[in-house]
Amino acid sequence: MALVLNEEQVMLKESAAGFLAEKASVAQLRALRDSDSERGFSDDVWREMAEMGWAGIAIAEAFGGLGYGYTGLGLVLEQAGRNLSASPLQSTVLVAATVIGELGSEQQKEQWLAAIASGEKLVSLALQEGAHHDPLHTALGAQAQGNEYILNGAKVLVLDAVSADAFIVIARTAAQPGDEQGLSAFLVDAATAGVTVERRKLVDSRSVGALSLDNVRVAADSLLGEPGAAWGGLKRALDIANIGLAAELLGLSTEAFERTVAYLKERKQFGRVIGSFQGLQHRAAELFAELELSRSIVLQALHAIDAGEEDLSLPASAAKAKLCEVAQRVTNEAIQMHGGIGMTDEHEIGFFIKRARVVQHLFGDYNYHLDRFAQLNHF
Amino acid sequence: MSDLEQFRQDTRTWLESNCPESMRVPVKGFEDLYNGGRNPEIAHPDQKLWCDRMAERGWTVPHWPKAYGGGGLDAAEVKILSEEMARIGARRALDSFGISMLGPALLHFGSEEQKLEHLPKIARGEIRWCQGYSEPNAGSDLASLATKAEDKGDHYVINGQKIWTSYADKADWIFCLVRTDNSGSKHEGISFVLFDMDQPGVTVRPIKLISGSSPFCETFFDDAIADKRNLVGEAGNGWTIAKYLLTHEREMISGFGAAPKKSVGQVAVDTIGTDASGRLASPVLRQAIAQYQLDTLVFGATMARVGDEAKAGQGLGAASSIFKYYGTELNKRRNELNLAVCGEQALGWEGEVYHDGMLSRDWLRSKGNSIEGGTTEVQLNIIAKRVLGLPDA
Repeated sequence: MALVLNEEQVMLKESAAGFLAEKASVAQLRALRDSDSERGFSDDVWREMAEMGWAGIAIAEAFGGLGYGYTGLGLVLEQAGRNLSASPLQSTVLVAATVIGELGSEQQKEQWLAAIASGEKLVSLALQEGAHHDPLHTALGAQAQGNEYILNGAKVLVLDAVSADAFIVIARTAAQPGDEQGLSAFLVDAATAGVTVERRKLVDSRSVGALSLDNVRVAADSLLGEPGAAWGGLKRALDIANIGLAAELLGLSTEAFERTVAYLKERKQFGRVIGSFQGLQHRAAELFAELELSRSIVLQALHAIDAGEEDLSLPASAAKAKLCEVAQRVTNEAIQMHGGIGMTDEHEIGFFIKRARVVQHLFGDYNYHLDRFAQLNHF
Repeated sequence: MSDLEQFRQDTRTWLESNCPESMRVPVKGFEDLYNGGRNPEIAHPDQKLWCDRMAERGWTVPHWPKAYGGGGLDAAEVKILSEEMARIGARRALDSFGISMLGPALLHFGSEEQKLEHLPKIARGEIRWCQGYSEPNAGSDLASLATKAEDKGDHYVINGQKIWTSYADKADWIFCLVRTDNSGSKHEGISFVLFDMDQPGVTVRPIKLISGSSPFCETFFDDAIADKRNLVGEAGNGWTIAKYLLTHEREMISGFGAAPKKSVGQVAVDTIGTDASGRLASPVLRQAIAQYQLDTLVFGATMARVGDEAKAGQGLGAASSIFKYYGTELNKRRNELNLAVCGEQALGWEGEVYHDGMLSRDWLRSKGNSIEGGTTEVQLNIIAKRVLGLPDA
């Protein structure tokens, strides 16, 4: 697959850019934050996004989606990154739909993917338990009892938790934390007795939650895939999720960089615009180079998904590690080059560094993915 | 059978019977490459034979027109020729600045007379060329070059000094940037002339580098003569040709950033070993290597993307401006990591030492990559000004 966008993709990118800049901009994120929005996104905007088909953009047409593939979703996520658009695109479209697609039975896919693609249902993955992404050390227990499972434990960093109609809870049905075997995925309705959701306000003003499960009883048919055998599909879904997040980081970093370069051309000190100083020019040129490199690896990784490559671990960890590194450098430089005004809440550049760190952390940060990249390269 | 299949079969047959066995072994180093010239350096007697046979068919420069000594092949045929050569491990018959640098410039800017005069001699390996660009006071600021060419009617008289002239001590002719006019801006008044090095007014002195001996020389002109027939393009218009060639040169140098055959991580595992989890036993070094290999991967993806964009008719995008800068910095990082990984075994210089002392020499030589052909700082200036549109100081 050539590393260029086709006509359909260029059109999608442009329409996403136009829509999100108008309907889901940084100003709208600020308004949601200042009004202490419980859900953290606008239902009206999400409805419009779903009407345009974005909720099912990567879902196959057979299940009610658009079938544009992950390259298509990646382009929309990149634009969402540029505008810091708040929506369930990450929680439901990128992550949950992908997990269901990887692990679900035909019947589960027909039911849930169609409901996601139409925008009718929001679903979120409940995976992380500690301070760091470490899926194999999942400890939340699920005990078989007759035709049911009983779930006990807690989860953190569940995206859009207060809005989700259902959760995909990753639990341990066998073996010990650290083992690939014994991990299971359950689709749990949010209204099930024993499920408690607490909203957590994070630095990026988006809505996440902590989940506690206290003797939650679910039917055996809520299992996604075979009991104890979720790791293969979950691993692939997490790789796809990380590539999607890398696309969001690409958009976010590119926008933060372009805003910073514009500021360098406008801000005057010592009688001249500060962008004429070589000390700043060279730093800006280095960031430009890093962003061009980033664009290539994100596109290559998105293509790897759509080409059906069997193992996505390497492109996923390469893309996520690189984009974590670049997003961190670009957003830090963006604040520094804006100077005092960049430290004020009134200026929008601060929203970029805040969102960047949350996305960097999700499903494994730079340290996690660079370590994994080295392991995948056998050293 | 299609024409191309026929061409492939004919090429295969011809190569099988004409490529000497000795020219089917990989080259060991630069000294194994055949550069031709009036007094060619011969590492193996078959080199000249192989070059002559290939030149007869125009295959030392298969993509050049036949009229200028080339093979007149189209892109598909050139590809087949290189595939068939690779199939039997045939070496390139001729390597030279004439082919890689002057040839493209003459094809683009030269007069018909100049093309007919010089290109066939390049194609046959009869004349070896060197490039006279940098001067002691015109490095990064190349356009401030001062080597003076005085107009004497049918010829120029040239006085001044060039530096970093690769292989000037082995070359027969030079393509040279000289100043023919001082009245305008520094970019105006530069001319691109060709002249014979074998004359009393030209003196050459080799330069020894921190990495040892080098192809570089200092070249002095003391009333050297250049025939006016060998002025390429208009007088005063040499900067356009120089820029064209610099872009060309930077693309070649940026190729240094390509991933090495055996990864640094692999060499490190072989040298240092792993811990119980299979990770390299030196965690700090491991991180530096991982970051280097990641950056090499993304650089490769970017070369591929720019190539695909060009093929799709989108032209050479802004991304290509980073190649020279990033590729050479990557090469320097790789060489530093080689030293860190191999430790004492990388420090040998000559005699009974590991790697024949090549790791230390390559490491030192790589420092020049981000200086020659436009320093890293000049490349960053270009990105800042031409791509990002930041103003001059």
